[in-house]
Amino acid sequence: MKIVVCIKQVPNTTEIKINPETGTLIRDGVESIMNPDDKGGLEEALLLKDKYGAEITVISMGLPQADDILREALAMGADKAILLTDRKLGGADTLATSSALAAAIKQLDFDLVITGRQAIDGDTAQVGPQIAEHLDLPQVTYAENIEFDGKNTFKVKKATEEGYQLLKVVAPLVVTVLATANKPRYMSVKGIVEVYHKEVEIWGFDKLHISEDKIGKKGSPTTVFKSFSRGAKSPGEMFEVGPEEAVGIIVSKLKEKYII
Amino acid sequence: MNFDLTKEQALFQQMIREFSEKEVKPLAAEIDEEERFPLETVQKMAKIGLMGIPVPVEYGGAGGDNIMYSIAVEELSKFCATTGVALSAHTSLCIAPLLENGTEEQKQKYVPKLASGEWLGAFGLTEPNAGTDAALQQTMAVEDGDNYILNGTKIFITNAGYASVYIIFAMTDKAQGNRGITAFIVEKDMPGFSIGKKEKKMGIRGSATCELIFENCIVPKENLLGKINKGFKIAMKTLDGGRIGIASQALGIAQGAMDETVKYTKERKQFGRSIAKFQNTQFQLADLETKIQASRLLVRLAAFKKDQKAPFSSEAAMCKLFAAETAMEMTTKAVQFHGGYGYTREYPVERMMRDAKITEIYEGTSEVQRMVIAASLLK
Amino acid sequence: MDIKEYKNVYVFVEQREDKIQSVALELLGKARDLADALDEKVIAMLLGDNIQNKEELIAYGADEVLYVKDKVLKTYLTEPYAQAIYQIIMTRKPSIVLIGATTIGRDLGPRLSARIKTGLTADCTKLEISEERELLMTRPAFGGNLMATIKCSSHRPQMSTVRPGVMRKNDKDINRKGEVNEFKVTFDRSKFLVEVIETVKKQEELVDISEAKVLISGGRGVGNKENFKQLEELAKVIGDKAEVSASRAMVDAGMIDHDRQVGQTGKTVRPDLYIACGISGAIQHLAGMEESDFIIAINKDKFAPIFQVSDLGIVCDVNKVIPLLADRLRKQ
Repeated sequence: MKIVVCIKQVPNTTEIKINPETGTLIRDGVESIMNPDDKGGLEEALLLKDKYGAEITVISMGLPQADDILREALAMGADKAILLTDRKLGGADTLATSSALAAAIKQLDFDLVITGRQAIDGDTAQVGPQIAEHLDLPQVTYAENIEFDGKNTFKVKKATEEGYQLLKVVAPLVVTVLATANKPRYMSVKGIVEVYHKEVEIWGFDKLHISEDKIGKKGSPTTVFKSFSRGAKSPGEMFEVGPEEAVGIIVSKLKEKYII
Repeated sequence: MNFDLTKEQALFQQMIREFSEKEVKPLAAEIDEEERFPLETVQKMAKIGLMGIPVPVEYGGAGGDNIMYSIAVEELSKFCATTGVALSAHTSLCIAPLLENGTEEQKQKYVPKLASGEWLGAFGLTEPNAGTDAALQQTMAVEDGDNYILNGTKIFITNAGYASVYIIFAMTDKAQGNRGITAFIVEKDMPGFSIGKKEKKMGIRGSATCELIFENCIVPKENLLGKINKGFKIAMKTLDGGRIGIASQALGIAQGAMDETVKYTKERKQFGRSIAKFQNTQFQLADLETKIQASRLLVRLAAFKKDQKAPFSSEAAMCKLFAAETAMEMTTKAVQFHGGYGYTREYPVERMMRDAKITEIYEGTSEVQRMVIAASLLK
Repeated sequence: MDIKEYKNVYVFVEQREDKIQSVALELLGKARDLADALDEKVIAMLLGDNIQNKEELIAYGADEVLYVKDKVLKTYLTEPYAQAIYQIIMTRKPSIVLIGATTIGRDLGPRLSARIKTGLTADCTKLEISEERELLMTRPAFGGNLMATIKCSSHRPQMSTVRPGVMRKNDKDINRKGEVNEFKVTFDRSKFLVEVIETVKKQEELVDISEAKVLISGGRGVGNKENFKQLEELAKVIGDKAEVSASRAMVDAGMIDHDRQVGQTGKTVRPDLYIACGISGAIQHLAGMEESDFIIAINKDKFAPIFQVSDLGIVCDVNKVIPLLADRLRKQ
């Protein structure tokens, strides 16, 4: 079995704090990590490898330092790693990103493509299904578990709001995985000791056989008009009131925060 | 001179930090409260190769170096000194002497299963009457055909009862004093070998610290480690390496206590501001941070020298001496900064203080370390 | 692509088990605002096999309902739905398409946008029309730490997904006029490669309070099990994302399980909203929750230390406030 796993290097957004005076993001000292949903996807691939034997290729589109997460993936047990990096690919929205990744994946041999459901910086959950569309493959999103029948059919457990569904698909297909699907293994010590002796293939735009107007800024139908932080955390307000008034204040706050 | 960790060492540090945070930290208080050996944690560590970090690949190890090993003990001990010492005794005091002194047959028989974590290792030198004066061994080993018969007791043995392989020192020629001591590889099921009483300790309460009893214990001749009557040298050399492990443990304890104290002093408000804003707090923590960083550099230096196969005895003694005393000072101050809360088991610092004390005592007391350093300096 | 050819605001109406989902009605409300600003129409796209009450969509703001009826659309699967909506979009050329950001919408939206080769903006919290008659889509990024306003200037339709509960549905107006029309779709069934083998409804799961987005936390001020029940009622009213937690005092008093304890010897939590009910704010408790996005504290004692970390502090008897709050929310 051959599996391609897409992984993304993201800032650890749970550690990002807001400067209380200016209200801007403090990105300094926030470490870069492998996106959690992607790690869950990689672990699903490794579990399939444990059970059925498989060759796992991890691919990441990003800056040169995405090498870090590719090494992490190799030390966890992936077999091959590809870093897709090129200035021309920068400034891409999800459509352009997925086009570039699909163009790369098209050149590989695979039965299954795995991506994470969404990245914790963009939070769009769009790239996985878009890759599936570009590759003209069936997709299953929100996967909590992937099983294989040993021949050519996959059974995927898909999380829904009410519970879950079991879906059956014949390879090849694309699956997007949740971080909660499994508990990803740690890198093995041996894996770490060997990992910098392995090669991470570096692919640029020229390797992709795709026109320049499909990638980067040119290939992005959406643009960011403006971005802003939510504002400095205002000092707490206090109200000494009766129960009715209290409820009124709380309800309007809950609405303001989109809780209700 | 490059003070940075190599890429591999940095990646390793990232992994062991995550492991400690997720697997070790949640159990630390319970392990201490119940005096329970962290068996499940050791099994998880075995799975990813942590039980054989500096062991060459041909003996089933990970092929890592002593810096990585020291980082592992440090990061584990940050949250749980018990877990740290389990790894340290196993790696430095059992696997290391086997690798350094064993025959090929002995290495092939014992090292792979120790490195994989299938077996846990231990080291037995200390006796009721032989602590700092280790040469005063009373455990005897008498030749008998194809075997040696061992009689005697060892005390304060780490990992006792859970270990499958023990490096045991016994007197083969009483007349020669410390030149009549021999090292043996003893397996837990060898007839005449039993585990005696378990110590109730002040700290590292989850560590299995027991008496070992040898009553006409039959040890085959092929389990003699190194050369006959050359055991004392093996013990001393082994303890040099062990000191790097314990120093790493002490460093981890100190760092853990510092992290807790920084967090608490920022949160705790008295007299209208957080206590971190008082210069008394700031100056003391500055001094302690400097000592912790100095400990770290000494530990890394000793580990580096060992990796280079250069003499490191004095450096090992220095790092153990300094890191242990720093850990004791840091943890005592940590409790003080936490005030009344620090004295309760709700906060981890009282445990860290109880844990730190042993680092000034075992694997050579601070007094012994001073002897070693002075001997090297003034020879 | 001639932008000017694209008109009107289309809403994907999600149905599950033949029931139209609330998010669709919320989107119709927003679509109405957008269409009114553009002086254009709202068209609801409904896929299914046996949906009753389609006229309801008109009462909630649609001018036209396009209904695609086929057995294969009874339960959501990516390809049949994508083909149907794609054909509607290619034929009708909408300017804007809104989809609910549910597991269905987040599966369908991106697939569609890639097929059409247009822009999609996910989880929008604000939608408005600019002076240039473009859709301005505002959404959170970086785990919610940053807001971005997105435009899709040169491609149509401008597509956006919106989470349930973000927009408000309009009041139902049964006098609104509109049409319900069937839309015929030609399916390429050779592409239907995914099969649903089983659908399972969730049972009660073990709660992990560190996963909850909203925590209603009780302290000594809550006092007894009866009052504690009020916190549970409030959590139920708020819905799936809300859970009840407690300070150590309440756990020690046996009012609630240890796995719901917040604090130094319990769990550390960072929910979007933490409501501290009758909690004084001892340092061991603060250590476990002070990183919450927004903290509301309700306590009779105006000097309680919890008010030093709360964003909104209410000095009042918590046992009077909580039941009233639950009541008010239930009525909404």
